[in-house]
Amino acid sequence: MGWTRKILRVNLTTGTIKTEPLNMDWAMKYLGQRGLASKYLIEEIDPKVDPLSADNKLIFATGPLTGTAASTGGRYSVITKGPLTNAIACSNSGGYWGAELKFAGWDMVIVEGKASKPVYMTIFDDVCEIHDAEPIWGTSVWKTDAWLKKQHQDPMIHVTGIGVAGENKVLYSAIVNDLHRAAGRSGVGAVMGSKNLKAIAVRGTKGVKVKDGGRFLKATATAKQVLQQNAVTGAGLPTYGTQVLMNVINEAGAMPTRNHRQVQFEGAHDISAEAMATPRKSDGKPNLLTNQACFGCTIACGRISKIDENHFTIKNKPEYWHASGGLEYEAAWALGSNTGVNDLDALTYVNFICNEQGLDPISFGATVSAAMELYDLGLITKEQTGGIELKFGSAEALVKCVELTGKAEGFGRELGLGSLRLCTKYGRPDLSMSVKGQEFPAYDGRSIQGIGLAYATSNRGACHLRGYTIASEILGIPEKTDPLETAGKPGLVKAFQDATAAVDSAGICVFTTFAWTLNDIAPQVDAACEGSWTPESMLELGERIWNMERVFNNRAGLSSKDDNLPPRLLTEAAQTGPAKGKVNGLAQMLPEYYQLRGWTADGVPTNETLSRLSV
Amino acid sequence: MLKALVIDSGKCTGCKQCEMACSYENEGEFNVSKSRIRVFDFHTEARMVPYTCTQCAEAWCQQACPVNAITTDAASGVKIVHENLCVGCKVCTIACPFGTINYNASTGKVIKCDLCQGNPACADACPTGAITFQDIEQTGFDKMRSWASVAAKGSETSGPSTPTAKH
Repeated sequence: MGWTRKILRVNLTTGTIKTEPLNMDWAMKYLGQRGLASKYLIEEIDPKVDPLSADNKLIFATGPLTGTAASTGGRYSVITKGPLTNAIACSNSGGYWGAELKFAGWDMVIVEGKASKPVYMTIFDDVCEIHDAEPIWGTSVWKTDAWLKKQHQDPMIHVTGIGVAGENKVLYSAIVNDLHRAAGRSGVGAVMGSKNLKAIAVRGTKGVKVKDGGRFLKATATAKQVLQQNAVTGAGLPTYGTQVLMNVINEAGAMPTRNHRQVQFEGAHDISAEAMATPRKSDGKPNLLTNQACFGCTIACGRISKIDENHFTIKNKPEYWHASGGLEYEAAWALGSNTGVNDLDALTYVNFICNEQGLDPISFGATVSAAMELYDLGLITKEQTGGIELKFGSAEALVKCVELTGKAEGFGRELGLGSLRLCTKYGRPDLSMSVKGQEFPAYDGRSIQGIGLAYATSNRGACHLRGYTIASEILGIPEKTDPLETAGKPGLVKAFQDATAAVDSAGICVFTTFAWTLNDIAPQVDAACEGSWTPESMLELGERIWNMERVFNNRAGLSSKDDNLPPRLLTEAAQTGPAKGKVNGLAQMLPEYYQLRGWTADGVPTNETLSRLSV
Repeated sequence: MLKALVIDSGKCTGCKQCEMACSYENEGEFNVSKSRIRVFDFHTEARMVPYTCTQCAEAWCQQACPVNAITTDAASGVKIVHENLCVGCKVCTIACPFGTINYNASTGKVIKCDLCQGNPACADACPTGAITFQDIEQTGFDKMRSWASVAAKGSETSGPSTPTAKH
């Protein structure tokens, strides 16, 4: 119940397809999705494996609430060893694909090996097949989606796959489903590309059952009420999307600008939620057309946008004269504020291309901004960029970069390495705003101390979704803490990290936690699944997952040295805003964090900790 | 009072809670492929549209059925498929101009919306009010009201300047 109790195992080297029962002992310990699939991955691969080799595995995993009426119950995750970070990667996506996989009767799909030539997979209920992908290799996510629906004569198919970026193994390439929802981070798309796997088309006609239907409907209805009555999930997110944060974070002086040289962007309002909803001067129409929900989501934060047909980006490209996934906050920041570009339609176009070619807009934008700083310093010249004037604030340069990166053409090949490898190549690794090789998201760790610690200690490299302390430090959820203070932050970070791992493992969206705590989530899980799931047991589950991921990373060769921030955040003070004069106080927080985690001073989980959590 | 489902697609977010509520009500499990109401996503036009049976007064499905397995519930006007009579010939699925009656391969019978015996689960589940259950004779009143408001404003601004006497 909740689980379908079936796993699909596909070996692309041998072409074998097997069905296995879900390991229920592990399911009771790791629940689903992030936790459970990480357990499978860790049991099955060598932590030192080359992420882009045939020996790495790629797992598409749902949670027990995926495909149920629980609000936001449509999530799936892609779990693998990430090529950008060389750490465990777990990228989470919405849309409809995850629920469709569940309806086809599968909790997860484990992809092994490497096909000798490009292939795609179909999963139509019980029947999984491997097909020749020659007609779609080299095409975009959008073309692949349309081709598969036509080829298999079923418009109800849902597709997840890679664009040319994944084929070219761009180190931050994404896996994109339903045209514009993405398992975006850590380069999971490159792993799919390295296996010569273009796409997985799914169609399911089976049902998902829950343990106690009456109790489940009651628990989910109560929880939906909580979302509806909350100011963020009931009004802010549906109206403005995650872009509701743009002006808030800018005013907090935490908006990384021009590769974190500044912490406030003078053009923030031009690329904000409010700007998206305001009619453009050029054609009198707004950028934003509507909001859209992912499967089962009663929040509906997704943006659907349309660019002015006369905008320079698409003037002669009618193939982009239609609506598609618009800017959410992370993309607007990374592509906009961080590159100094305030042209809303240009950012929307770049976001379209990220979706179409399968790029993570956070790492892409942050890599371009690092390249812009290298250009500004004269370390990269027009010779290297192939003539692109890579100046901060240039929408034209940004657009050229996105068109080259997925295709791995010209300077795009260097941009595809990510900021750390790019900056290292030009002698300034310190200019890469990343942790464990993965670029920062949209909050400056000098102005929000806790998020700096969360970045430094995140198991998948810098990430806001591994412990979103912004909720507490800026929005006051569940209670307000001072963003400029380091005191209390190690405990806050740990609490957020553990709770998030539990949320991710249930099959629901972490955005629910603006309103929900584990007290709202546990009753839904408990009514759906065998076993007993309480807020306490779920928090322990989260801690177990966090430690399991950490052990894997340590075995993969990472250590406390990698729990670090770039020197800019530790030594160059914020120049404006409430955090003026502040740097991140990582050194004051990290030892206490290790201690609270039950790890040694070197960041290694002790045997007592591991046995307490039965990792 | 007869009631009908009213669908305002402008309010639909595409969340499919209606499909899950429908399938749970009718099948006892969450299974959108067995939902009697479906949401269609016209992605490039930024439109999500729920669609289901409108319970025609003179129903093509009913008239086409060779075994009289579809009857009209006198109290609600709903067209009901009697599974014990349905032989799965699918003629109704061809006859229906709207495609809202469909074959269920796992039972060998056809399925269609029956308004959940007067309490449609889809309308209950819809988080945005895109699906509501209203007096069948007033399903247009919300639209009329909003157009009336526009018309009234128009007459205020561009109408004759004679003072209105509101006695």
